Amino acid sequence: MNRINTALEQDKKLLSIYFTAGYPSLNDTTKIIQDLEHHGVDMIEIGLPFSDPLADGPTIQESSTTALKNGMTTNILFEQLKDIRKSVNIPLIIMGYFNPMMQYGIEVFCAKCQEIGIDGLIIPDLPVNEYHEHYQETFEKYGLINVFLITPQTSDERIRFIDDVSNGFIYMVSSASTTGAKSTFGDTQQQYFERISALDLKNPQIVGFGISNNETFTQATKTAKGAIIGSAFIKHLTHNRTDNIGDFVKSIR
Amino acid sequence: MNYQVNEKGYYGDFGGAYIPEMLYPNVEELRTTYLDIMNEPSFKKEFDQLLRDYVGRPSPLYFAKRLSEKHNTKVYLKREDLNHTGAHKVNNTIGQILVAKRLGKNRIIAETGAGQHGVATATVCALMGIKCIVYMGEIDIKRQAPNVARMKMLGAEVRPAKSGSKTLKDATNEAIRDWINNPVDTHYIIGSAIGPHPYPDMVTRFQSIISEEIKWQLKEKEGREHPDYVVACIGGGSNAAGTYYHFLEEPSVGIIAVEAAGKGVHSGESAATSQLGKEGIIHGCKTLLMQTQDGQITEPYSISAGLDYPGVGPLHSHIYKTARGEFYSVTDDDAMAAGLELSQLEGIIPAIESSHALAIFNDKKFRPEDIVVISLSGRGDKDLDTYIDYFKL
Ligand SMILES: Cc1ncc(COP(=O)(O)O)c(C=O)c1O
Repeated sequence: MNRINTALEQDKKLLSIYFTAGYPSLNDTTKIIQDLEHHGVDMIEIGLPFSDPLADGPTIQESSTTALKNGMTTNILFEQLKDIRKSVNIPLIIMGYFNPMMQYGIEVFCAKCQEIGIDGLIIPDLPVNEYHEHYQETFEKYGLINVFLITPQTSDERIRFIDDVSNGFIYMVSSASTTGAKSTFGDTQQQYFERISALDLKNPQIVGFGISNNETFTQATKTAKGAIIGSAFIKHLTHNRTDNIGDFVKSIR
Repeated sequence: MNYQVNEKGYYGDFGGAYIPEMLYPNVEELRTTYLDIMNEPSFKKEFDQLLRDYVGRPSPLYFAKRLSEKHNTKVYLKREDLNHTGAHKVNNTIGQILVAKRLGKNRIIAETGAGQHGVATATVCALMGIKCIVYMGEIDIKRQAPNVARMKMLGAEVRPAKSGSKTLKDATNEAIRDWINNPVDTHYIIGSAIGPHPYPDMVTRFQSIISEEIKWQLKEKEGREHPDYVVACIGGGSNAAGTYYHFLEEPSVGIIAVEAAGKGVHSGESAATSQLGKEGIIHGCKTLLMQTQDGQITEPYSISAGLDYPGVGPLHSHIYKTARGEFYSVTDDDAMAAGLELSQLEGIIPAIESSHALAIFNDKKFRPEDIVVISLSGRGDKDLDTYIDYFKL
């Protein structure tokens, strides 16, 4: 069974952390992953940096620009991760934009992910219908779970279609926005979380975008299975480099 | 071969809508309504009337006698430079502001490189009394100061794009991010035949007025609707798409596309996308784009800010791949010389973008009896500083 599905079966709320590979410096990737697992994080999204990350706010944009300046490439990331399964057991997801994967070759990219022990992909600019028509077979052939986003604006009908095509979890974007930390969620978010919960979907939901602290984590996981933290962790890395990762995780839950 | 977009939003292998889910409702709303809106009699009436009374259409099709003699062929110039605001860009912004109004949007965003599209957008927003925000790369804000001032005078807010390379592609990213953050009240007026479906088709249809007029104007002047060649410069490809549109399925008409070679196609400082690009995804569509081996989008270079874009609209990738058109690239130097030549032979100072199309005579020999229509996409006022610098005037 895919590690993502196993993790989702646990009787607890999942904490998932995103970081941009190659940030703050090129070879921090494995240390960050190992530390996060060591301090009890349940799942990790490894960001493959892209020059034009149009779904991201300033924090992740800047980390991507730095990572690319540091020399990060798809090949280097795969090289850094090649022995990761010797030390890390939690699910690992690669999150990136579609163009770098296309240039690598979708099939080769998927095969490489399987070889390393990557469990899933999140590709914000690959829409569900394109995936369904052209790529689903390939992803599934290599045992990869593809995760789709929904937003407060996504219609129930489309959410049901996304639920049908998904076989892991649904990434619930907390508000109509690019990525970026928020300190609290308002009533509209709460109503949205409850609306989705009431749909009784086959896939569990994990909330992302805007989760930054214990308060937002707790609010988001009241109804959802877990939450993903990105920009807030990138900011932590900016200030602490790869030190004190445990303190950051403890501040969340 | 078919050059219309199909129902999935593709021209052959190119196009589609590779957008984050956050944009899906906006783009889907547009996709399901744009054709109906454009076909409404009240829309057509308002669009035609504004193009006539406000933009000044039809733009003349001018027989350039001295230029023709110089190059020993029959050259007609399609005078988009005479449009209000000085370029073809306004054909599209008039169309899109009318769409936005019918969709009930009360906030407009746009990206701009040279500032021409920003000015054309700020203009129609002033005309309609709608709030306007234009994203422009921090570097372009410095090199196109007069257009920044024009936008401000027209009541628009100009927001600097400070990410990435701080030019047109980053301004486009910022506009897309703004749309993600404002999903309900905002319409994004894209400035070229690029972006996710239905944008390339919608922009092409609004610009197709160019070739529609060429047909009847040429009929009046030459007794035939079809020239032997139509020539246009390509940044994202909107003036070219409009110039080719009604001739694409007419094999007797040669299609010529001129890209910016910058300091030379292989100099590392170029914007010749069809020569240097590979298939990929940029700003929501699958098309040819300049990128590294690793799929990172690279920064193009051209002396003309309007051609300084690393991709090309999906229609043009299809025209290129199916060999329907001939693609040439023209260096900064050749474009500047062609701009000077037109100024002194015909008394018309062209935009540097358009000067690229005018430099076609270096690469392509036409027969004396050929009728060659060149899209004069804009006037040179905005480029005076660049001309002054270059020619030490
Ligand atoms: C005068 C003029 N011509 C051409 C272009 C290039 O755009 P497109 O390829 O969309 O026509 C621009 C863009 O700013 C322009 O201002």
